Amino acid sequence: MNTRELSLVLNGVPARAVVETRKTLADVLREDFGLVGTKLGCEHGVCGACTVLVDGAAVRSCLLFAVQVEGLSVDTVEGLSATGELSEVQEAFRRHHALQCGFCTPGLLMSVTEYLRDADPADDDELRDALSGNVCRCTGYQGIVDAVRQLVDDRRSADADG
Amino acid sequence: MKPASFEHIPVTSVDEALAALDGGAGEAKVLAGGQSLVPMMNLRLALPATLVDLNPVTGLDYVEETPDGISIGAMTRQRTVERSEVVMRRVPLLSAALRHVGHFQIRNRGTVGGSIAHADAAAELPAVLLATGGSVTVVSAARGPRAILAADLFRGHFETSIEPDELLTEVHVPAPANGARWGFREFARRHGDYALAGVAVVTTGAGADIDEAAVSLFGVGTTPVRAAAAEREIVATGSPEAAATAVVDEIEPTGHIHGSGDYRRYLAGRLTRRAVAEAIGGSPA
Repeated sequence: MNTRELSLVLNGVPARAVVETRKTLADVLREDFGLVGTKLGCEHGVCGACTVLVDGAAVRSCLLFAVQVEGLSVDTVEGLSATGELSEVQEAFRRHHALQCGFCTPGLLMSVTEYLRDADPADDDELRDALSGNVCRCTGYQGIVDAVRQLVDDRRSADADG
Repeated sequence: MKPASFEHIPVTSVDEALAALDGGAGEAKVLAGGQSLVPMMNLRLALPATLVDLNPVTGLDYVEETPDGISIGAMTRQRTVERSEVVMRRVPLLSAALRHVGHFQIRNRGTVGGSIAHADAAAELPAVLLATGGSVTVVSAARGPRAILAADLFRGHFETSIEPDELLTEVHVPAPANGARWGFREFARRHGDYALAGVAVVTTGAGADIDEAAVSLFGVGTTPVRAAAAEREIVATGSPEAAATAVVDEIEPTGHIHGSGDYRRYLAGRLTRRAVAEAIGGSPA
């Protein structure tokens, strides 16, 4: 068995594990670190449920071997509310009923967290385009679009006031 | 849905990568962004004994403006290129095509060199390289660097003229001549999927007076293909509809569960009409 010692910064905290080289980051997060918030749906990069941030960029953790994040920082859904408070993206999802079964939610939250860092969507088409990398089979997406639209609007009015 | 065991060799330079490929006896695969290779490994369609991981290499991540266009380091992430001001200015066709590659989460990781070396016949970047008359630089430990023109690169589905001991290090995309215009269209059943058919068009000349035309189709054969008859029609007539008719006559796509060969041929014609109209003006219907 090919194994390697791995050290990374996981949700802001240094972490180590000995992992099989063939294991994806998603499996190591869930099985070795016990962070089961990250879900696995299709395991070939299409559904988006496993999306996490690696050095701040939203990526599929099923398409990355854990040994590839050596020395990098990884943020998962568990890190969003590490202080015990919901993040603003989580709060907006709650308010707009942007989830039902919740399976796609961790991936969506991570995608949206990155997207909102520098996005300024002109209209809902552009916003829906950005959300299209995460499949949700419950909501019909309207609540998700509403939540993200509100976050964009809030930030615009904050910028205007600022 | 879990990959088979393999040896992971992270490398920090091109020389190290070439040495590892040389030692791999043809059984080593290069891991770039992994957005195509890792799904194939998860599904056990690919079972490489060794992965030579280029991600730690420094110096293969750049977009450079050259006198005739742009040069892109093989490990440059697609998202970086998509957002590059130089690319938008010099080769806007490439920026437009990149927005159709997977989703932004895929482009955050996927690389320009990886997509071209992977040579999926339905992928956007190989078709753009072919439309613009681009080339790649590959290098081997034994024979040093050589350039391969896009026209000589794509040999079949997932097959290129890059040798097992060679590594793709740079992609060159010539900027179309001054006054050149372009169009890009594809149709996929879901956003982010590979296209059932797609087309990249570049024309030079003013108004309906077209001097040169390049029509590069993807998803309709085992490689991206230049539609020579359609190109001649555009130069001769300036008619998007004539180009579409020529495309329908000159391709023979095969059918699969997502669309019959006839449907994909029809799609290629309609998309060509729209892309040519987008390039030279005229009704996009």
